[in-house]
Amino acid sequence: MSIEIRNVTKNFGSFSALNNVSLDVPSGELVALLGPSGCGKTTLLRIIAGLESPDGGNILFHGNDATERDVRERQVGFVFQHYALFRHMTVFENVAFGLRVRPRATRPSNDEIKRRVHELLELVQLDWLADRYPPQLSGGQRQRIALARALAVEPRVLLLDEPFGALDAKVRKDLRRWLRRLHDELHITSVFVTHDQEEALEVADRIVVMNHGNVEQIGSPQEVYDNPASPFVYKFLGNVNLFHSRVTAGRANIGEIELQLDDHHEAQDSPAFAYVRPHDIEILKERTGEPSFEAVVSYVHAIGPLVRLELERADHTELVEAELTRERFKELDIAEGARVFVQPRNVRVFLDPASTS
Amino acid sequence: MAKRKHVLPGFTLSLGYTILYLSLLVLIPLAATFAKTMELSFEQFWDIVTAPRVVASYKLTFGASLIGALINAVFGLLTAWVLVRYTFPGKKLIDALVDLPFALPTAVAGIALTAVYASNGWIGSLLEPHGIKVAFTPLGVVVALTFIGLPFVVRTVQPVLEDLEAEAEEAAASLGANRWQTFYKIILPAIWPALLTGFAVAFARAVGEYGSVIFIAGNMPMVSEITPLIIITKLEQYDYTGATAVAVVMLVISFLLLLAINGLQWWSAQRQIASR
Repeated sequence: MSIEIRNVTKNFGSFSALNNVSLDVPSGELVALLGPSGCGKTTLLRIIAGLESPDGGNILFHGNDATERDVRERQVGFVFQHYALFRHMTVFENVAFGLRVRPRATRPSNDEIKRRVHELLELVQLDWLADRYPPQLSGGQRQRIALARALAVEPRVLLLDEPFGALDAKVRKDLRRWLRRLHDELHITSVFVTHDQEEALEVADRIVVMNHGNVEQIGSPQEVYDNPASPFVYKFLGNVNLFHSRVTAGRANIGEIELQLDDHHEAQDSPAFAYVRPHDIEILKERTGEPSFEAVVSYVHAIGPLVRLELERADHTELVEAELTRERFKELDIAEGARVFVQPRNVRVFLDPASTS
Repeated sequence: MAKRKHVLPGFTLSLGYTILYLSLLVLIPLAATFAKTMELSFEQFWDIVTAPRVVASYKLTFGASLIGALINAVFGLLTAWVLVRYTFPGKKLIDALVDLPFALPTAVAGIALTAVYASNGWIGSLLEPHGIKVAFTPLGVVVALTFIGLPFVVRTVQPVLEDLEAEAEEAAASLGANRWQTFYKIILPAIWPALLTGFAVAFARAVGEYGSVIFIAGNMPMVSEITPLIIITKLEQYDYTGATAVAVVMLVISFLLLLAINGLQWWSAQRQIASR
């Protein structure tokens, strides 16, 4: 089932949590709401669930207005960051809860409930824990039970609030792959909130990057990573080098080098910021015909598949971070203190918003 | 015995002091009560404690205390709920009012309740035409015992309610549970041990209450006379052994009841531990 969010606003006192947000979640997609804490992503998720009501705007489920519908009637499965399992009930009873509270007319028989619960517990691979109580389980197990419980009511939409936020790094990685596989099996429209860009990039079909109650960019992981729509998205998704620059008629100056840009043709000596990913920094030992600037290697971090270098520009203005493969690093044969030439590729330039306004 | 090292110093000293303190204040006086009763032969003892007037007083004391504690369990829970879940002007004041029965001298409470519930009092005069008499009847005893027990339930349930995760309730709602189902399937099991404790303490307090009851009860033998009053009456007649005999019976019944409630608490705590 598709979800449409139309011009939703929400304020908490004078704090604006959501600022006229519109968003479409197509049926069957797994969408990540990504942003720093306090950006409004959890508020948006809670509004979709009906746990919070918006000050303005509408929520449409499958084209029907659900804004005024109670959380009980929205048929959403909600998974909380801290699991929110019922501690006094066994795992079995937790999962069965949604079926047991149904009105007598639509409540399945006891045998049917038993069958359904075991089916779900098998789906989350925890059937052997049916008689345990939640506090006896590990964090990863609890979150899988919480998911099984949410799925028991056959929700039309699955909403997950930082589902892996309280877990340690290893479990987190396993669980997000598992969630991806589960989604591929069930194809239920899902929205999950995260502040972890790696998680969003790995799991989601589409990513909604949010900041200060606004949607900054919506796109596939590839799109938002390769073509960030704003400086914020650039900075939030992955590491990035920032250079101060000036732009005149589509040409940008960064230190001693000049780059031809595809846009900003009307700019006249405007201050701007240029962004380059660390892996788009080419290191050369000799100056070539391409524009490059001189730098000194100040730090080498050679653990893992990539070698990270910190470079100090010859004009001592900015530190540059670069990532190279081990092969390339060996080929270059450089150490801390070496003089090299830096050649940035795939530079994105954004005019300084303070000067354009 | 090898001397074990403790991180916290002074274990023996503080334990010794605790035992001495409890002995002086609790154990020795209780033992003296039993010792004094031993002066009676069993037949004498039995005659005193099963005299119809005394038996009627047991029924009133324990019955009214039970009713009072039950009323408090319901309305104390409601009060705690309102104080925890809602914000409204004057909330601090109401919160403070709850403690008033703790602080008020019980005799003052008794006089105040009697004045209000007497047939010419504010509330009593309204109830009188409907044939309901509160002051000087067993009903008055229940009112007084409810009054003094109120803070116990509120103050034991309140912190537990405050710690309750709102998320569990939201989860229940998102799974389709209506408010009543959320209350009795999610909230009530979580606060049950605290509610039981509050009920037990309110009950124990009510059984021992004297000051506030004797004014409103009217103290008619066989009807509205509580056991503590019987004890006092016997003391005033210098019948010390008779007074302690009745006291021993009260002690034993109270002890058994508290034991039963503790057992119930232990049982529900075991279920909680199993789920921990």
